[in-house]
Amino acid sequence: MRSLYAFLVGGLFGAGLLLSGMTDTRKVQGWLDLFGDWDPTLAFVMGGAIIPMAIAWRFVPGRAPLLGGAFPAPPAPEVGRKLVLGSVLFGAGWGLAGLCPGPAVASLGFGGWGGLIFLAAMLAGMIAAPSVRNRLDAEPLAS
Amino acid sequence: MQTDWIWGLVGGGLIGTAAAIFLLINGRIMGASGIIGGLVDGSGRDSSAERIALLAGLVGVPALLALIMGGAATHLTSNIWVIIAGGLLVGLGTRIANGCTSGHGVCGISRLSLRGIVATVFYIGAGGLTVVIFKHILGVI
Repeated sequence: MRSLYAFLVGGLFGAGLLLSGMTDTRKVQGWLDLFGDWDPTLAFVMGGAIIPMAIAWRFVPGRAPLLGGAFPAPPAPEVGRKLVLGSVLFGAGWGLAGLCPGPAVASLGFGGWGGLIFLAAMLAGMIAAPSVRNRLDAEPLAS
Repeated sequence: MQTDWIWGLVGGGLIGTAAAIFLLINGRIMGASGIIGGLVDGSGRDSSAERIALLAGLVGVPALLALIMGGAATHLTSNIWVIIAGGLLVGLGTRIANGCTSGHGVCGISRLSLRGIVATVFYIGAGGLTVVIFKHILGVI
């Protein structure tokens, strides 16, 4: 049952990414290109996605997920250097190629070899990440 | 195109609805990097069936839609070094920051999470700066 819903969620997510144009790297890089031919589409996608999710969060307090278990704990207020450094690295890669993890997966069916190479590199980065996280945690100057 | 923003809103609504279903029914955060990352680094072994099912839908449905619509294009650069560098940075960065556009952006901002907002400011800022440097100054992308 959990997997059936997860499959439906993935399908809706993918359909939304494709229809909104977010699997097109030109639209994503167009949004990031403030000094070029700026494309505001991504802001509409973000806004359109945040509204249903903001409503969903209002149902969470005092309840449990329909399939059992518990809702994810409230986010820690801590803003550390892992969050900042990681987001800067992610943003640099996002700007270079125009793909983030969701669209990278959603475009596999039509993204050709380039899409597969991007995915392989992304997975390699993800495999390397825990050791970098540990090193950042061990560093005495950690914020 | 003039209708792009409407498709943006419609597609965004589908993405947000998907995230809302995953939260209210499965009790999980729909963050792409966390779902994939938990599979590749072994941290999400206990929920791997759910993760694989979500990814199957995420690959399959757009592939089918693209087929019906007569094709879709990513317009990804043909520069293999840019693709590899971009992929490595996206994979590494999202797992160090513990989230990407869907997790920090959609799921975090919608609950007014400070971490989600800060992450989004930094990845959009870094992305914008990267495009300025690599497109307008160096002319690589």
